[in-house]
Amino acid sequence: MHDQRIRFLDRPENVRRLLRVFYVVCLGLIAADLVYHRHVSHPLESMPGFYGVYGFVACVLLVLVAKQMRRLLMRDEHYYDRRDGGQ
Amino acid sequence: MVPPFVPFLIAALLVPALQGRARSVLVLVAPIVGALTLVGAPEGVAWQLDMLGLTLEPVRVDRLSLIFGYIFHIAAFVGGIYAWHLRDSVQASAGLLYAGSAIGAVFAGDLLTLFVFWEVMAVSSVFLIWARGTPEAIRSAQRYLVVQITSGVLLLAGALVHLEATGSIAFGHLGLDAPGGVLILLAFGIKCAFPGLHSWLTDAYPQATPTGTVFLSAFTTKAAVYTLARGYAGTELLVWIGATMAFFPIFYAVIENDLRRVLGYSLINQLGFMVTGIGIGTEMAVNGAAAHAFSHILYKALLFMSMGAVLHMTGRINGSDLGGLYRSMPRTTVLCIVGAASISAFPLFSGFISKPMVMTAALEQGYDWVWLVLLFASAGVFHHAGIKIPYFAFFAHDSGIRTTEPPVNMQIAMLVAATLCVGIGCFPELLYAHLPFATDYSPYDASHVLAQLQLLLFSALAFAWLTLSGLYPPELRSVNLDADWVYRRLGPRLVGSAREVIGTADAAVRSAAVGGLVRLGGWLARVYGPRAPAGAAWPTHRTVAITLVLLGGYILLQGG
Repeated sequence: MHDQRIRFLDRPENVRRLLRVFYVVCLGLIAADLVYHRHVSHPLESMPGFYGVYGFVACVLLVLVAKQMRRLLMRDEHYYDRRDGGQ
Repeated sequence: MVPPFVPFLIAALLVPALQGRARSVLVLVAPIVGALTLVGAPEGVAWQLDMLGLTLEPVRVDRLSLIFGYIFHIAAFVGGIYAWHLRDSVQASAGLLYAGSAIGAVFAGDLLTLFVFWEVMAVSSVFLIWARGTPEAIRSAQRYLVVQITSGVLLLAGALVHLEATGSIAFGHLGLDAPGGVLILLAFGIKCAFPGLHSWLTDAYPQATPTGTVFLSAFTTKAAVYTLARGYAGTELLVWIGATMAFFPIFYAVIENDLRRVLGYSLINQLGFMVTGIGIGTEMAVNGAAAHAFSHILYKALLFMSMGAVLHMTGRINGSDLGGLYRSMPRTTVLCIVGAASISAFPLFSGFISKPMVMTAALEQGYDWVWLVLLFASAGVFHHAGIKIPYFAFFAHDSGIRTTEPPVNMQIAMLVAATLCVGIGCFPELLYAHLPFATDYSPYDASHVLAQLQLLLFSALAFAWLTLSGLYPPELRSVNLDADWVYRRLGPRLVGSAREVIGTADAAVRSAAVGGLVRLGGWLARVYGPRAPAGAAWPTHRTVAITLVLLGGYILLQGG
């Protein structure tokens, strides 16, 4: 059961390579917006790269807000066990 | 036409009598036979009976009920394959009864029949949670049952109000203004996990057995989506409720550690898209809601199956305990990623061809803000369900866990679901042909594909940046407070304080009463005691004198 093979993703340089490919694809998608005119139904959509910017900002906000929510909402994992139900 | 739920009912009754493989076969035969009853079923009321002066329509077929009927059969079949290895007649029987009652509910033509199936769904499904056997699961199942039965009671109350006012028990469009309309909406809203009424879902689903959660994820909430589409299409309130549902759970999903609970939150997020579509109410929007329910059941089942496989093989499901499993479960990893791509609505996967119908409808009807919220939710769902689930289970840091792929039947079930996800994604017209309304919607145009890819890849970019820079919150063993806090903590606490107040008052009254009695006893002792004036022995002459006076007085009065 102890599989010690080194796999593709186990090498950090491969992960870095994959990430670089990913960054290039992202850039390509923004570049595509400058060349190709998407037909739009909302004025915001006509901004080049709108979807990319919106997706990026949304996710950063999502994570940072969720992180702050922990201050308010997070309890230890046995929070409900202590006096929960007929114990 | 044989009512579609009958094969499930018969199989559920036969299951305890069978053993081993015969039982597993029967679990698969029921949905096949049930699906055959639907093939070529004519639209209209297939079965009507008059009882107690009511006209009941236990089986009514139309395009809206058919699409839900089809997908429920597929879900029951896939769930049956996934549970093939189980040697547990209770779960097999409960699963069949649960699937059958959900199917019964979507073909119910009147509110009374709907109520019966609504309650059978609640009672049968709870066994899938109980079957896990842990103390947490048993307590969670009890809470689940109370909430589900409450929904049923509200439905019955609403139906009776409706019957009293209109004389009809038929289940058609209701709306908020119909008599009993608010009660019935509340009943549907509980099962559809409306905000604030949702925490039974995130409480109980992660507690069920690995196979049970796959069944649970398919039926209850989508039966509720169907009933909302039937009774409340075009009710604007639902647009706002749906947008809220799509929005708030993604924040919880980011910080939740139990990966099946993360899927529970993303389930509510996906229901939000459907509820919004129903609230908008145009043909395009209701089509979108139905199509999204269809594709959602498949990819959500696939995701729950892949996490169930992880739980089944490793006994763990917390993100903080997992990681690096792609080494020992490569096939499960790939199938999970198919589910993740589908829920994230990547082009060529099922979410891509259903979700945008709702979003397009929102823009068409001028709900610009709702559209922006849904777009935010779309980015968010990719973030937590599309990336977080596969990343923390199969990649991230190596947890050191070495295991193997799950049993073959589990892999086949995941493969079937994954094939359907990709099949629908690539050939959407197969699904569109069966939607409630005719549609010429086409998801594959360059603008839409480009926009969606931008949205998704830049969400992934945000994830990569946050993770690499260490800003991404770590997975922590924890409980995050949600609406269930109200009845798991606040309620018991209030009852506790009330008990204290009442106990104090009660003790005060009792001690006052006892004190009074003691004082009375003392007074009596003082007045009538052996040495007290009233209690002491009297000399004979005084007694004789008093008797004489009394007797004399009596005779005088008599004589007078």
